[in-house]
Amino acid sequence: MKQKNIYSKQIMNYFSHPKNVGVMKKYDGVGKVGNPVCGDVLWLYIKVGKNKKGEEIIADAKFQTLGCVVAIANSSLLTELIIGKPIKEVEKITQEDLIKKLGKVPPIKIHCSFLALDALKEAINDYQNKKTKNNRRAVRRS
Amino acid sequence: MKKLSKNLYFDYASTTPVDKKALKAMLPYFSEKFGNSSSLHSFGHEAKKALDQSRKIIAKTLNAKPNEIIFTSSATESNNLALKGIAFANKKRGKHIIISSIEHPSIIETTKWLQGQGFKITQIPVDTYGEINLNKLQKTIKKDTILVSIMHANNEIGTIEPIQKIGKFLKAKNSKLKDKIYFHTDAAQSFGKIPIDVKKMNIDLLTASSHKIYGPKGAALLYIKEGTKIEPILHGGEHEFGVRSSTVNIPAIVGFAKAAEICQNEMEKEITRQIKLRDKLIKEILTTIPSSHLNGHSKNRLPNNINVRFDGIEGEALSMKLNELGIAISTASACASLNLEPSHVLINCGLRAEQSHSAIRITIGKFTRKKDIKYLIKSLQKAVGELRKISPFWKK
Repeated sequence: MKQKNIYSKQIMNYFSHPKNVGVMKKYDGVGKVGNPVCGDVLWLYIKVGKNKKGEEIIADAKFQTLGCVVAIANSSLLTELIIGKPIKEVEKITQEDLIKKLGKVPPIKIHCSFLALDALKEAINDYQNKKTKNNRRAVRRS
Repeated sequence: MKKLSKNLYFDYASTTPVDKKALKAMLPYFSEKFGNSSSLHSFGHEAKKALDQSRKIIAKTLNAKPNEIIFTSSATESNNLALKGIAFANKKRGKHIIISSIEHPSIIETTKWLQGQGFKITQIPVDTYGEINLNKLQKTIKKDTILVSIMHANNEIGTIEPIQKIGKFLKAKNSKLKDKIYFHTDAAQSFGKIPIDVKKMNIDLLTASSHKIYGPKGAALLYIKEGTKIEPILHGGEHEFGVRSSTVNIPAIVGFAKAAEICQNEMEKEITRQIKLRDKLIKEILTTIPSSHLNGHSKNRLPNNINVRFDGIEGEALSMKLNELGIAISTASACASLNLEPSHVLINCGLRAEQSHSAIRITIGKFTRKKDIKYLIKSLQKAVGELRKISPFWKK
């Protein structure tokens, strides 16, 4: 018998076979968002590289999520969407983009899908902050 | 999706399949013996006979009189009738109602509504096992208390409340009072599973449901002790002794009575069998899955209830992983699974929100076999392991 539930095929696929799971040891930025009290926590690690045009890109991403089906599915989806893409482009990803790819998200669960974008924002911020600090250090040294 | 060989049901506290014998008993009452039990002709008489017979059978399982059984459509309706009915019939002498902090939503929400109507509600706290504090209950009783409603067994963690002790205490208290304090218990989860004797337990009102005991959905009952002052909430053709007007759902009630009779006959055997399965399951989970915890009491719980939590993962995700493995369990209670609030039962037992989010409820039934339990344990180990791999809060 097929096991059916309230979630779309896409959501269940991401949930059952999540990609890019785990800890990144040498990361350039990390975003830790959510709150265990609410039931959802997401840690997103990013590694930044450059493409041929010299733009900064997300070279790699990994996530760890404590949360419900939608939170886990959305984490996996986001990492797949951002890997290899320029940061400038990645910053334009919206909530609607993610929900479209997930298929139908039950209204009560939509907020669970906010978490991944929040984590991405934080991870990029973290990276930018570190970069500025390093630059300042470099300036001071010279 | 991969085809699955298994399809195992571990959610008997949500609902149960209809027993084949109960179904067979019901069938003639749809198209052949379809009469309205209020009609005076032979069709009506046939239906009335079936209704009276069902009432007799059910009354016997509770040690009640047939005329003390009022059939309703659901346990929620019975709980509404008990609370609103007693409140409005007795409001002149008092407006205070006592419940426990872990009642089913159909009690809690009804008392919230009654509060809006000018009644005063006190929730009695429970300990970490979900057992009600009897001392607190005794101290909470006031001059204007008209009703105490404490569930017999909790729907999420299966804890059995000391109903007989409460009944005894209230009986003693009432002997000194001019007007009695009524005692209601919601037995939706316990009826048909553990013994109930309304006389011995000094219960004035009791809620029981059909679909939790292998009967059809759409039938339930409220036991109302003779002489109880209660106001109906449905007015009309004076069915069910004028307490609950509505054309009587004969097929469902016939099925309910048959199911109750079967449960009563099999009770002793099933209690022993299910406790054995339950305790094996609890033991295996706690010993083979690290950082797993039992919610509720290890012994004082329904024979069919297991409620556990696993650190570092979330209950809903676990229930969906298990669903993929062909296993149906639920998070906290089925009613709450589309609700994001942590379970009020677990929170009131003293668990932190993040702990209560990681809880699942496994409830077994008369069709659960030893080999099913084995498969469940294996699947749990696998699913918990997979989710912990993803979790930021799990360190090997």
